[in-house]
Amino acid sequence: MWIYEKKLQYPVRVNKCDITMAKYLIEQYGGADGELAAALRYLNQRYSIPDKVIGLLTDIGTEEFAHLEMIATMVYKLTKDASAQQMEEAGLGAHYANHDNALFYNNAAGVPWTAAYIQAKGDPLADLYEDIAAEEKARATYQWLIDMTDDVDLQDSLKFLRQREIVHSLRFREAVEIIKEDRETKKIF
Amino acid sequence: MKELQSSQERSYTPFIGPFDPCVPVTHKTYVIPPNQYIVFQPLNLPQFPLQEALKLGTLWPALYSPYESRRGRREQTKDGNESL
Repeated sequence: MWIYEKKLQYPVRVNKCDITMAKYLIEQYGGADGELAAALRYLNQRYSIPDKVIGLLTDIGTEEFAHLEMIATMVYKLTKDASAQQMEEAGLGAHYANHDNALFYNNAAGVPWTAAYIQAKGDPLADLYEDIAAEEKARATYQWLIDMTDDVDLQDSLKFLRQREIVHSLRFREAVEIIKEDRETKKIF
Repeated sequence: MKELQSSQERSYTPFIGPFDPCVPVTHKTYVIPPNQYIVFQPLNLPQFPLQEALKLGTLWPALYSPYESRRGRREQTKDGNESL
């Protein structure tokens, strides 16, 4: 059960009509290390992980949807008024041919999202290490996106998202410490 | 802010071949965020004021990692030319 709050987690302002940037931002929408992959990865792994860290996966997985919504807002603002010609000039001709100005879950190169991007191994350590790696890869992607735009307002929202990846990474590392602990486990002899 | 960012930056000097087709970058950098030095966050760490925390994306100065766009940042190459 979720409760939806009809506002963004952090304000999204886009100042520059740089349609090409939408093509790159989509990496964090439908890419391998994007927010959709993150949300679905954590919210699925949580069923088969020790009780103590289920809540963490629920919280972070939920927050990833809030991030997904922010990225969607950025892409939408940049593309909603673009003509077919402008989309084509921005490198989004192939996107337009298939989707008009709609958003779609694909990466910056147009490759559609696939569940093969994520894993649920059922082994708590393996799953949490994947999650840590995913957070660091998303942090790196945000860095490159920040490098690609000179729109300071867009940079501002991207910096917020990057910082959240750093916090999440630490929380997953703490989860690893929790599952490493041997206390309170029932031992049957 | 600048000092904090540079304290989280690491660098190395990659191999440069004598026949590189493009102007080589002599100095490459990458980021190691502060989360890498915390195993389990200790209790009672200092906090940012709430308004600032909401803006920065973390309540904890110990976890804060500033990142400025490298767009337009130029680096000196070995022959004194500037490259992106």
